[in-house]
Amino acid sequence: MSAPLVPAAAAFASALRRDLLQAARRPGEWLQPLAFFVIVTVLFPLSLDPELARLRHLAPAALWVALLLATLLALDFLYREDARDGTLEQFALSGQPFAVMIFAKTATHWLLTGLPLALVGPLAAISLGAPPQNALAVLWPLLLGSVSMSLIGSICAGLTLGTRRGGALLSLLVLPLAMPALVFGARATQLAIAGESAAGALYLLGAITVLALTLAPLAAAAAVRISLE
Amino acid sequence: MSWAWFHRFGSPPYFYRVAGKLAPWFGWSALVLVLVSLYGGLVRAPVDYYQSDAFRIIYVHVPASWLALMTYTTMAVSAAIGLVWRIKVAHAVAVACAPAGVSFTVVSLVTGMIWGQPTWGTWWAWDPRIVSQLFLLFFFLGYIGLRSAIDDPDRADRASAVLAIVGVVNVPIVRFSVDWWNSLHQAPTVMRMDKPAMPWEMLWPLLLMALAYTLYFFWIMLVRARAEVLRRDRGGQWVREALARDAAGGSA
Repeated sequence: MSAPLVPAAAAFASALRRDLLQAARRPGEWLQPLAFFVIVTVLFPLSLDPELARLRHLAPAALWVALLLATLLALDFLYREDARDGTLEQFALSGQPFAVMIFAKTATHWLLTGLPLALVGPLAAISLGAPPQNALAVLWPLLLGSVSMSLIGSICAGLTLGTRRGGALLSLLVLPLAMPALVFGARATQLAIAGESAAGALYLLGAITVLALTLAPLAAAAAVRISLE
Repeated sequence: MSWAWFHRFGSPPYFYRVAGKLAPWFGWSALVLVLVSLYGGLVRAPVDYYQSDAFRIIYVHVPASWLALMTYTTMAVSAAIGLVWRIKVAHAVAVACAPAGVSFTVVSLVTGMIWGQPTWGTWWAWDPRIVSQLFLLFFFLGYIGLRSAIDDPDRADRASAVLAIVGVVNVPIVRFSVDWWNSLHQAPTVMRMDKPAMPWEMLWPLLLMALAYTLYFFWIMLVRARAEVLRRDRGGQWVREALARDAAGGSA
């Protein structure tokens, strides 16, 4: 095998560009989780109690459960297509660090699902009774939390890549791992909606996200490599 | 120091033979200790001042909770050994740990509920220890689910090993986050008994029972790991010889 001509950063950028281009040509795929997120947050008031003061208590739970489920929904096609047409194998053979290539896929996943969901988050929070002047603060916990969930999900999606019934198993693997992020994120959202300082919970959520950023790409690369063999 | 003894354990026939010799010792001593500590706990230990006889479930509940965590640690460590040094026997040990872990966590949760009803007045509380134990159960179930979803045994070994290692990083974080969450959310609705240190007559059956559970764990783990090793090498030459030897030994 020839020595790698392109440094890892360029390989990362080209993998990212390729994935974004593909996504731009198939908007249905990444709009789905967004629609799902909106529908779940709408279903909460319909199934509970439309009084805004009472909804406000449930808003953090609704936002975070919807975020978690929408991320799970999108994880199902994180690697599947690329595993089928051999792209992942080419990544593995390219001579670039495999973790970097897998991280590019995870980054795309976050850009296409986590980021839009977090951006819609403040609007959803207002619809759930959050005071508009506090709603923007909801953005930060959702941004951090969606990053760590995409990263955790990238490990689990790699592990379930070669399995027949991926969906249910994927949620069984992701949910316990995502629990700490959910706890800190929901608490930070709750404080933000109440108009208080959410710094404490946000720092802890940030710590979890940094830990996930450090370790998850390596674990995800190991998981995908095992599934490819 | 030579590592030859360690590498010998990597050989399935050697492991099968040694584990077969060791397992009955663990099993019988576990049974004896369970009987002794049950006698100590149910008959000899004095009645608790606050909880009367209800406290005696401690002899089932607490060792199960301890062992659940120990089982997870054993599973993750042996899975990591299997992943790094590609030792199949280590993977077999990890596989053997998972069902034991499920039963320990379930026993711990169920006896905790039974104990909670008379003493706390509720079957379930969102107590950090309960929630951590519940998530431990989810980890074990996820591990078993992942293994059963992958057909190729070699891939199942390594994928589940990665999951077990990721879980080890996560278990302390889960514990910490639940503690933190609980300190914010839970008003002191649950009566927590503030009792003096346990008297020795109550304590020794508990420690003995923990030892008995540990021995039981080693017994069931070795029995299951032996079966797993056999299943993996079925059709192999040494399996046929070992089974023939077992049959001869059993009739003699």
